[in-house]
Amino acid sequence: MSPAITHVTLAANEASEHRTLIITLFALFVVATLGITVWAGRQTKDAADFYAGGRQFSAFQNGLAVSGDYMSAASFLGIAGAIALFGYDGFLYSIGFLVAWLVALLLVAEPLRNSGRYTMGDVLAYRMRQRPVRTAAGTSTIVVSIFYLLAQMAGAGVLVSLLLGITSDAGKILIVALVGVLMIVYVSIGGMKGTTWVQMVKAVLLIGGTLLITFLVLLKFNFNISDLLGSAAENSGKGEAFLEPGLQYGADGTTKLDFISLGIALVLGTAGLPHILIRFYTVPNAKAARKSVNWAIGIIGGFYLMTIALGFGAAALISQDEIIASNPSGNTAAPLLALHLGGVESAWGAILLATISAVAFATILAVVAGLTLASSSSFAHDIYANVIRKGKATEKEEMRAARWATVLIGIVSIGLGALARDLNVAGLVALAFAVAASANLPTILYSLFWKRFTTQGALWSIYGGLVVAVGLVLFSPVVSGDPKAMFPDVDFAWFPLKNPGIISIPFGFLMGWLGTVLSKEEPDAKKYAELEVRSLTGTGAH
Amino acid sequence: MAAEAPPPSKEQHKLPTPEEFTEVQESAEFGELRRSHRSFAFPLTIAFVVWYLLYVLLSNYAGGFMGTKLFGNINVALVFGLLQFVTTFLIAWWYSRHAATQLDPKAEAIKTRMEGGA
Repeated sequence: MSPAITHVTLAANEASEHRTLIITLFALFVVATLGITVWAGRQTKDAADFYAGGRQFSAFQNGLAVSGDYMSAASFLGIAGAIALFGYDGFLYSIGFLVAWLVALLLVAEPLRNSGRYTMGDVLAYRMRQRPVRTAAGTSTIVVSIFYLLAQMAGAGVLVSLLLGITSDAGKILIVALVGVLMIVYVSIGGMKGTTWVQMVKAVLLIGGTLLITFLVLLKFNFNISDLLGSAAENSGKGEAFLEPGLQYGADGTTKLDFISLGIALVLGTAGLPHILIRFYTVPNAKAARKSVNWAIGIIGGFYLMTIALGFGAAALISQDEIIASNPSGNTAAPLLALHLGGVESAWGAILLATISAVAFATILAVVAGLTLASSSSFAHDIYANVIRKGKATEKEEMRAARWATVLIGIVSIGLGALARDLNVAGLVALAFAVAASANLPTILYSLFWKRFTTQGALWSIYGGLVVAVGLVLFSPVVSGDPKAMFPDVDFAWFPLKNPGIISIPFGFLMGWLGTVLSKEEPDAKKYAELEVRSLTGTGAH
Repeated sequence: MAAEAPPPSKEQHKLPTPEEFTEVQESAEFGELRRSHRSFAFPLTIAFVVWYLLYVLLSNYAGGFMGTKLFGNINVALVFGLLQFVTTFLIAWWYSRHAATQLDPKAEAIKTRMEGGA
């Protein structure tokens, strides 16, 4: 045990010797993106600029930004870690996260762009009673985004302790607070325009960093993938089982069920993620929205293919003990891999580590900004303007509310950041996917395609899916009763699965149907005619 | 912050009346567009979800089959996973082609008429 620990400490020392380099690289990114933000802020004049970036981004630009928003700390740190520790089972994330885009492409992106203005709530409330449905849509937007934020903050926390050698809680909280403050600045000043540019910069950096690591890994194995897999299996100490499904989820009936639950949540979650959905408003029309999804599928698909090299590369080149000692859920496997590729105790290793870590920081920062924008937009546009002020707020007041909401959400996520340090970041994000698939997706699909759907149906599916998904997480081993849980010392985990999707997603769909057939009100046929014609043809789209 | 002077580009099109929307919704032309979208997107969605679930279920309950080595250390599980990538790219391409040739012209025709003739 002790050699591994010494090794990690060594790695950490190595890293902290080059602390200046890491901080410089990161500061460069921050300065550049702040510059973009200020520039974008000057051009942000009305609500369409703030919420939708003026709708003038090209399909490629938005495709890049969508990829930036989507490839979060979960994809980079979480998946690499999950594969490094559990081999093939970790790869499910990559596959589910990618296939999920087809739901968005075939069913959601274009109709949403055609019939909404700024938020997911625009589409959900289109033919319903505005106030209750917008309240529900705003609530679920904020809850999903906070789950997602939690994961990003956890990622920031682990990176910091690895890189800067900060292990004290105060130090970590300080860094998480720094991330929070930066994101408040990005969003409240730059709005969607600034955030979109930040996403694009980040996407290019992340793809570049991942390509570099992938290339170096493959180079080590003479571009022989079979050798890479073989070394990973051998070095992991688990042999061939490492390359087969079942290492993490194959233990018994319950864990197998958990695997299915996770799989369903991943594939159905994407098309219900508010921070992804609002990206489709940044392009001029539905055709451009379709093209940006296609770009995103290409970019994200390429990136997820490279997670094979990252994850199995880490497993092949680093001992399992070292990965676990650095972070029990493997979240630091990717940066550690960079260090080992360059050579532990060499300057080149430290430079690689610093570069990859700065990229990971940039990733986290950008995604956090996207999430904050989604929730503050929804608060200002759905809840403040349409519920509290009943549609009588001016654009100026609405934007002011959005900026205040940004500050508030920033503070909340800083507060939550400290809670989830030892959980795998990808696992945490999968929870956000489950909540989105349970509360948002059923309502979106029913709204767009089911003539009879009513206000009551919308409310039942949003709140039903939301309450059951969040409730099951609360009583799952993620929160208590497990050494890696948020509260490891107590045990109120009576729900055995870590991901609630298998129950909560069908429940959300069921409640939407039940609420509709049981409602006394007649659906608004005229409004549905308007929504349907607009969503398929783009008539009158803003 | 010129909130009182919205940019001119925003509301350039006149929005049709509710009656016009209902009329179009009930028209044969729109029915054709709807059918063309749904008959393509719905079955395809079910197909790729089933195909994906097949992969999830095989991973769970057919470990022996998935672990079969094909060449070197490449086993069925990895190939199956990579096939999911391939089908995703293909379906995205196929849908986009369908949309460009079958949906866009119909949608465009209706939109132009509704916004122009209103």
